[in-house]
Amino acid sequence: MAVRVQSEDFDIAAEAQTLIGERTDVGAIVTFTGRVRADEGRIAAMALEHYPGMTEAELARIEAEAHARWPLQASLIIHRVGELAPGDNIVLVITASAHRQAAFEAAGFLMDYLKTRAPLWKKETEASGESTWVEASHGDERAVRRWT
Amino acid sequence: MSEVQRQRVKLLYFAWVREKIGRSAEEIELPQGVATVADVVGWLKTRGPQFDEAFARPELIRAALDKVHVKANAPIASAREIAFFPPVTGG
Repeated sequence: MAVRVQSEDFDIAAEAQTLIGERTDVGAIVTFTGRVRADEGRIAAMALEHYPGMTEAELARIEAEAHARWPLQASLIIHRVGELAPGDNIVLVITASAHRQAAFEAAGFLMDYLKTRAPLWKKETEASGESTWVEASHGDERAVRRWT
Repeated sequence: MSEVQRQRVKLLYFAWVREKIGRSAEEIELPQGVATVADVVGWLKTRGPQFDEAFARPELIRAALDKVHVKANAPIASAREIAFFPPVTGG
C-alpha cells in the first residue's frame, strides 16, 4: 500500500514493475491513468491545488478501505499537483490481486472515492486566458454511491 | 466558567474559498460560544465582506478538523486546525 502526491510526472510501467517486482502470486494488475483533456482546444492549462498532509491521509484511508473490501496484494495511488497541460498525466491507480475481478473493482472504487473525498481542486485556464475553478460533478457523487 | 482559556486554532482556506478571503492560512483565537464548525463559519462571516462573500453559499462549503472531513454540526472540541474548502474536484 502506498500513496504519493507529487508535482513530477510518473512512468506507469516503471511504477507497476516497482510495485509488483518478481512476485509470482499476483495474477492481475489493473492500472488506471487520468489525464488532462484539452476539451477540443478549450483548455490551455490546468492547476491542481491540494491540502498538504490531508490529501495523503485521505488517500491512505481510501486505500485501506479498498484493502478491507477486496483481497488486494498490492496497490499504489499517485496524484500530481501544480501546473499541468493537456495530455499530461494527473493520477495513477494500480491494483494487484490474484484474480482480475478484485483488481478491476478496487481500481474503480479507489477512483470514485478519490474524486469525491481527496482534498484536491482543479482550476482550468482556457485558451482565452480566463481561469475558472472546476465545479464538483453530480456524476461523481452518483458513482461513489454505488459502493455503499 | 472563570479563567477560561480561549482556544487558539489554525484556519486554512483552499481553492476559491482562499481566493475570496485573500489568504491561505491564519492563527486565531476562537471567541467564547463558538463550539461547532457552523459556529466558526457564522463568526467568520462577521469579520468582513470577503468572509461574507466566501461563505455566502454554505451548501458549497466543506470542512475538515485536523485533516479529517467533518459535517457543519461537528464540535470543534480540541481541534488545532480547521480547514474550509469547496467540494473536491481531483482525479
